[in-house]
Parts: sequence; structure tokens; C-alpha cells
Amino acid sequence: MLLDPNSPSQNIIAVHQLTKKFGDFTAVDAISFEVRRGEIFGFLGANGAGKTTALKMLTGLLKPTSGSANVTELDVVRYPDKVKQCIGYMSQKFSLYEDLTVRENIRLYGGIYGLSNARIKDKTAQMLAKLNLEDQANALVGGLPLGWRQKLAFTVALLHEPGVVFLDEPTSGVDPLTRRQFWDLIYEAAHQGVTLMVTTHYMDEAEYCDRVSIMVDGQIKVLDTPRNVKNQLQATSMDEAFRILARPQNTAS
Amino acid sequence: MNFRRLQSFFHKEFLHILRDRRTLLILFGMPLAQVLLFGFVLSNEIKDTNIAVLDQSKDVESIALTNKLASSGYFHVALTLQSADHLEPAFRSGKIKMAVVFPPQFGKQLTHEGSAALQIIGDASDPNTATTLIQYAQGIVFNYGRQRASSQASAGPTIAVQTRMQYNPEQKAVFTFVPGVITLILMLVSAMMTSITIAREKELGTMEVLLVSPLQPLEIILGKTSPYLLLSLLSTVVVIVLSMTIFGMPMRGSVLLLALECILYTFVALSLGIFISTRANDQMGAMFMSALGLLMPTMLLSGFIFPRESMPWALQVIGYAIPATWFNPIVKGVMIKGIGLEVLWPQTMVLLGMAMFFLVLSLRNFKDKLA
Repeated sequence: MLLDPNSPSQNIIAVHQLTKKFGDFTAVDAISFEVRRGEIFGFLGANGAGKTTALKMLTGLLKPTSGSANVTELDVVRYPDKVKQCIGYMSQKFSLYEDLTVRENIRLYGGIYGLSNARIKDKTAQMLAKLNLEDQANALVGGLPLGWRQKLAFTVALLHEPGVVFLDEPTSGVDPLTRRQFWDLIYEAAHQGVTLMVTTHYMDEAEYCDRVSIMVDGQIKVLDTPRNVKNQLQATSMDEAFRILARPQNTAS
Repeated sequence: MNFRRLQSFFHKEFLHILRDRRTLLILFGMPLAQVLLFGFVLSNEIKDTNIAVLDQSKDVESIALTNKLASSGYFHVALTLQSADHLEPAFRSGKIKMAVVFPPQFGKQLTHEGSAALQIIGDASDPNTATTLIQYAQGIVFNYGRQRASSQASAGPTIAVQTRMQYNPEQKAVFTFVPGVITLILMLVSAMMTSITIAREKELGTMEVLLVSPLQPLEIILGKTSPYLLLSLLSTVVVIVLSMTIFGMPMRGSVLLLALECILYTFVALSLGIFISTRANDQMGAMFMSALGLLMPTMLLSGFIFPRESMPWALQVIGYAIPATWFNPIVKGVMIKGIGLEVLWPQTMVLLGMAMFFLVLSLRNFKDKLA
């Protein structure tokens, strides 16, 4: 690309001094970072490190105590509705309805994001072809194997062509082969210019990201490419790098 | 508010309901079962109750009075006892609910002295029934005495008491149970089902996805509750039609007023359901909270089964906080007495206040607590 990577329009997510306090407890402590368009950004951290809280603020589910966050060049606090229309979200729990069919799930999310009926029809056909799910279109989602369900959920999250998709531990509980296939879908979306922000517990998945950040106690301790993170911490793998950072240093537990 | 978004949401919600057999059963099977159950089984009408007679006198008077009791339609003389020792075993066996004991010389005393005593013993292990039975028996004995007195020339002036049970002359139990069943069903469907269905989305994680989507919190609430509002009103219609056709329940007041009051009460129930769902973390929690916090009080404290007047002071006060306490008299008033808002406005105002209070409370809680 010829564009200057540091030009502001290239940063689809810009977070500045973002803070969230619950009473005396600071869950997210003045974090700042940028994510470029089309980037796969790994958002790592142990449970309770604050990544879910940060993600909730970026998706408009929580109001920040202070600081700012721009997503798709819009302030999430000031324009939550516009931001919501431009982002996709897949939670760690299954985000589709198991008692609806594949087709009905697509129709529901198409309707919620304001797609026209004709467009939903086109999109449904495209998605079914891409996932090889044509035969299962009228089957209840609950009856599909877990791997297919997760792939379907991801494709549905892309239905309204969002600029950014937030994936909160999308592959937890999925077998290694399906995880690999799932990451193929993520790469494909990134190639088409979608920005992906992924949280994960699998450190091998962290290696697939363009850049990763590791959160410890509400702060971002390191933010770089996986290779640089490893070099910086003199670790042989992301797993080791993560353990060096996340290891409790002063407290016993 | 966006119509297209809402429409998609309604569609999904109806699919959920139609595909869940348990929900359908609760929506339509439950009201049906309850009306029939309360109508046929749980009646407190007195009819052919088994009694025992211990007649130690065996004269014209005692036999005539026994016949009077037996022919009243209320009692059936199942046992004729020979000795007072047999009374206790008879009650223990459960064969009889009441016993009438004529002392020796009953007729003689009545004829010669103008008065005689007899004993009526009730099985007070079920005090309500015992009281009613004894009242009926006393009435028959009293009437017998009066008739006997007036047939004799020596009788002085007597006062004839004529009683009439206004609005429900046959004292049908259904008349009290049907309004109660309506309050219970609307509470069950609107509050319990709504709280469970919202808690389910929280439990499954789909609520997060909905909240991240362009759907507004108000749209989510409307989308989740309107189908249940519709269905609960539908099952109310089923209950009312059943009660009118099978049990002859009257509809003396305005149907429109009743419908509006039902909608108002449903709003209270729905907002309670939303409030519970903001507090409960999963379906089980929502179910327990609405069963213990809403259904039990509605059944026990609102005056549906047990009269509020005979409750301890503290329970009566708690009863005031229960929507059904205010809604029950409305249904009874409109259907049985045929009265309108000119009498029922205080109850209506209380329900209106409750609806506003809980709606504001649950809306305020909804966004903060669900995420």
C-alpha cells in the first residue's frame, strides 16, 4: 500500500487513555493503542486482566470512566448507534439461536442490521455456498457440529459488512482442525479489508495475529508484532512471553 | 425505534415460542387445567357430605330431624351409631365429616319442656369445611324448631329470616376461583415467562450480541415482551370463555373495561418480569425468583384462595404490595357485580401507579445490568 501507515485515517480504532473504574477497583487503567485497517489485532491477557471490560467499552456495552475510544472514526461514547451499525461482534458463548434454522438466523441478523429482504436473500445464498451449508439451510442450528456453528456465527457477524469485527474467544472449546479452518476465515476477512480484534487463550493463535497486546492488571504491558514481543521478552514462544508477563510478580496467588 | 428491526425481532420471538413445546404447554395447557381443576375439584360447595347419627332417643322428633338433615341435599347419613364410643373411630376412619348426637329423651324434653339440646360434632382437622357444615346443620335444626313451634297454636311471634346470597345465589366456587386463576395466569405468563426468556438470552450469550447490535434497549424489551403480552391476553380469553360456557360465570359488566384492566395488569406483570430478569443471571434464577416472589404471594396473599380479612395484620400489609390484590376485585366486580370504573377507580389507580413504578425501575436497570 502506498498510504502512509501513520496517517490517522488508517487507524480504524484509536484508543486514548481509556479507563474504567468499578468503585475503587480499576479494571482498565488508561490504555492507549491504535489498530490499522485490515489488521488482525490480538488482544491477550489472563482472566480478570481487563480485556473483556475494554472490549465492552469499544463495543458500546459499557461507558468509560475517562479517556476516549474511536471506532471506525467515530467516538463510541458520543455516537454509539452509528458505531454499532459499523461493527460486528461474536461472543465467546455461541451467538446464534440454536432453535432457529440456519436461514432464520441469517434473516434475523440481516433484519436487525437493516438489510433489505432482497439483500438478505443474496447474502444467504452466498454464505451457504461459501460454508457448504446449502443442504443444512433449513436445519436447526443446534443440530450442527460445533465447528460449523462457530464458522456460521462468524460469517453472520460479517453479514452487514462491518469495518471492524470483535471476536471474544471465538475458538474456545473447538478442536484444533476447526480452529485452523476458522483462522482461514479470519485471514480471508482481513484480506477483504475487515479489521479484526481477537481475544484468545490459545497462544498459538496469538502467532497468527499481525500485532498483539498483552494486558496485565488493567494495563497494556506490551504491544507489537508477535516476533518483536518474543524478542523483547527473550522468549522462544508466545506462550512463554505471555507467562513471563502475566506471572504474578508480587502477590502469592 | 425502527420498525424493520422490531419486525425481525418479533418474528424470531414467535419462532422461539412455537418451537418450545413446554412454553406452549404453559401458555395454553396450564390455564385450561387450572380452570377445570379449580372449577371441578377445588370446590368448597357442600353436597351429600357423609355424616353419622347417634340417636339415643329414637323418637318421632329425633327421627323427623334426622330425615330433615338427610333430605336437605347437603348431608348423607352414612353411619348410624349405637354408642358414643363409636364416634371417635368413625371420625378417625375418615368416613364422616360431622356427627349429630341426640341425647336420650330428646323428643320428650322438646314436647314437655319446650326446649332440648342436641350435639353437633365437626371434624375440625379441616376447620373451614367443619365450620361450613355446622352452620348448614344449625340452619336446618333452627328451621325445624321454628316450623314445629309455629305449627303449635301456643307459639308466640317469630321472626322469619330470609337470606339471599347476592350476585352468586348458588354460591358457586368457580365465581371466586376464575378471577383468581386469571390473576395467576397473567402473572405466570407475563412475568415468569418474560423473565425466563430474557434470562435465557443472558445465559446463552445472545443478549450481548443483541446489545452490540443497533437494537435499542427499548426495542429489545418491546420485542421480548409484546409476544407474551399478546399470548397472555389470548389465554385469558380462553379462561373467561371456558368459565362462562362450562361453569356459567356471568359477564355483567363491560367487556371493554375488563380487557383494558387486563392489559394494565399485564403491564405491571411484564415490568416485574423485566425487573426480575435484570437481577437473575440464568433461567433457573429467574424461575425461582418469579415463583417465590410473584406466584406464591399472588396465590396465597392476594385473597385468591384465603380471605385476606382473616390474615394476620402483617400479611395483610404485604398483600397490599401485590398487584393481584388490586386486580382480583376488579375482575370480580366487572364480571360478577357488573360495576364499572365509578367504583373500581381506586384499584385501577393503584395498578397504574405500580405499572409506572416498575416500568421505570426495570428500564433503568435493563441496560446497566444485562451487559
